[in-house]
Amino acid sequence: MMSAVIGFLEQLGGRATGSIHRLGFASRFLLLTLQNSGMCFRRFSLVVREIYFAGVQSLIIILVSGLFVGMVLGLQGYDTLVRYGSSSALGVLVALSLVRELGPVVAGLLFASRAGSAITAEIGLMKATEQLAAMEMMAVDPIARVIAPRFWAGVISMPLLAAMFSAMGVFGGYLVGVRLIGVDEGSFWSQMQAAVDFQEDILNGVIKSVVFGVAVTWIAVFEGYDAPPTAEGVSGATTRTVVTSSLAILALDFMLTAFMFRGA
Amino acid sequence: MPTKPATDNLVEVESVNFAYDSRQILKGINLSIRRGQVVAIMGLSGCGKTTLLRLIGGALRPTRGEVRVGGRAVARLSHDELFALRRRMGMLFQFGALFTDMSCYDNVAFQMREHTDLPEELIDDLVLMKLQAVGLRGAHRLMPSELSGGMARRVALARTTALDPMLIMYDEPFAGLDPVSMGVIGQLIRRLNDSLGATSIIVTHDVAEALQLVDYVYFMSDGVIITQGTPEELRVSDKPFVHQFVHGEMDGPMPFHFPADDYGRDLDARDA
Amino acid sequence: MMKRKTLDLWVGVFVAIGLGALLFLALKVGNLASFSAAETYLVKANFDNIGGLKKRAPVKSAGVVVGRVEDIVFDTEAYEATVAFSIDKRYEFPKDTSAKILTSGLLGEQYIGLTAGGDTAKLKSGDKLKITQSAVVLENLISQFLFNKAADGNKDNKDNK
Repeated sequence: MMSAVIGFLEQLGGRATGSIHRLGFASRFLLLTLQNSGMCFRRFSLVVREIYFAGVQSLIIILVSGLFVGMVLGLQGYDTLVRYGSSSALGVLVALSLVRELGPVVAGLLFASRAGSAITAEIGLMKATEQLAAMEMMAVDPIARVIAPRFWAGVISMPLLAAMFSAMGVFGGYLVGVRLIGVDEGSFWSQMQAAVDFQEDILNGVIKSVVFGVAVTWIAVFEGYDAPPTAEGVSGATTRTVVTSSLAILALDFMLTAFMFRGA
Repeated sequence: MPTKPATDNLVEVESVNFAYDSRQILKGINLSIRRGQVVAIMGLSGCGKTTLLRLIGGALRPTRGEVRVGGRAVARLSHDELFALRRRMGMLFQFGALFTDMSCYDNVAFQMREHTDLPEELIDDLVLMKLQAVGLRGAHRLMPSELSGGMARRVALARTTALDPMLIMYDEPFAGLDPVSMGVIGQLIRRLNDSLGATSIIVTHDVAEALQLVDYVYFMSDGVIITQGTPEELRVSDKPFVHQFVHGEMDGPMPFHFPADDYGRDLDARDA
Repeated sequence: MMKRKTLDLWVGVFVAIGLGALLFLALKVGNLASFSAAETYLVKANFDNIGGLKKRAPVKSAGVVVGRVEDIVFDTEAYEATVAFSIDKRYEFPKDTSAKILTSGLLGEQYIGLTAGGDTAKLKSGDKLKITQSAVVLENLISQFLFNKAADGNKDNKDNK
């Protein structure tokens, strides 16, 4: 009986130390990626190519989701505000929700599941088919040539996608609130402009999306690089990317929000 | 630049041990390969053949002993020196390892574009020449996914020899190929080696092709070299394991039966 | 495999849309257009109680935003709150301007309202406003109301006796 309990505790401890060990390895990997980023700036076309695969191919899902989220905010927001006679504040509600939170967070989650998983799968597959080893044997550092461009592409794409999400969302809220329901167009925009501060709200939202971009892309390239070179290994790594990225986004969101918006 | 070698040996492996996670993979390997030779390293899967290749390529460091290429110890080279050495080596991976996101043309041109300042017109000529040598010039626009196994391996061979390396290593080049492709690859290996004046190391367990093709054979088992010699010597060797391997015998030092209890007792016990 | 040129085109479009979205948010959704580039001068005022006034709260006169609250500190000599706020250089105010802390709407955020006086001399950077009215604190209002109510009740009693 005692040995079962001890065994369980051993396993738990082993898991915990294993996770910390992995985190350390991942951090060293990130440092290596940053150190080897010189090629990315000298041959920017490598990064451009990856921005296409990570960013441009996420455009549709981001724009459509942003539109729908904005429209739902418009509906739900009106439903609640009209009870307090404050329906003219709908613009404020939609804009602040999107710019401060939903834009960076939801765009981040969508990016993690679409682009993050694709990056992990691609890198994992390259590792499994020995393409990375072949590159190394040809005296080309795979971290500089394969990993770093994908990392920077993700970091660049994320804030742009978050901004597009928020912009589409505001438009969606406008469509539902002003066009569909009939909230006054003038007060929709003017109250919004009065309430949304560039520094406090928009800039903070951009900072959030950059942080999320770093986190998601870091996790994606690391999981791909560290994946066991088998079919199950790669699929497991892809799943882990989506799960870990999503949790990281939500946790970072809490920390950043607490830091940025306390007492505001 | 490597210093002028003292011997005629391009590759020297001296008392090399290699362990991974407390598992001893190589237990004291000694071999040397002369310039211009085509050498085979044969043995069962898991005997350490691929590990040996990776040690020569500098991807791994021996836990004991030394691996020398061109007279210089590989493990002691600086990062830049190692990369300079690798530009003069070529390795053909099992199944080719072509870059799947580029065409065959771009795959072969890869090293030329990364390591030389040659203008595109010159690279174009070189790429087509290399593909012509392996018989696939017409396929240069295809993507790796559109090629058969044998074709992919030939393109990979063209890629490996793109910068005219002095040492070419082959990891199971015959694995999974049809007889025609096997013959083609074998002949290409010999032809390229001789025309480039290079040295080739082939890791394989394909007895028929290898013995036909190479100048010398090293036979490994369980981390040590148990025998070496010319193909003819190996064919007539009476060492039990070599004999079993070369002639494909069902039973011998490598037993047919997986370790189990007494047959009779097993049957009785399971009836009860 | 996409042609290089098409790829570059799409990435260019992507980045352009992204920056466009950011610009849209900054200008149409937020208040970047209205205030950032303006030159301002700094003015101070003391208040007994600033209530819920926060930094970056608007400073209005006649209902129009003319400035922003920059800093709020506690004056340990006079035991009052010193509010420093910036006013757009376009608007000049006389030296005897008064500042009140007002609330927008019934329960909205608080801001500073400036009422111009009649002095010909104008406020300069670093000047302090002399006339101020503190924020209305709800508890004081309620206790005053109850006090008045109680006083009326006593008066009625006295009259009736």
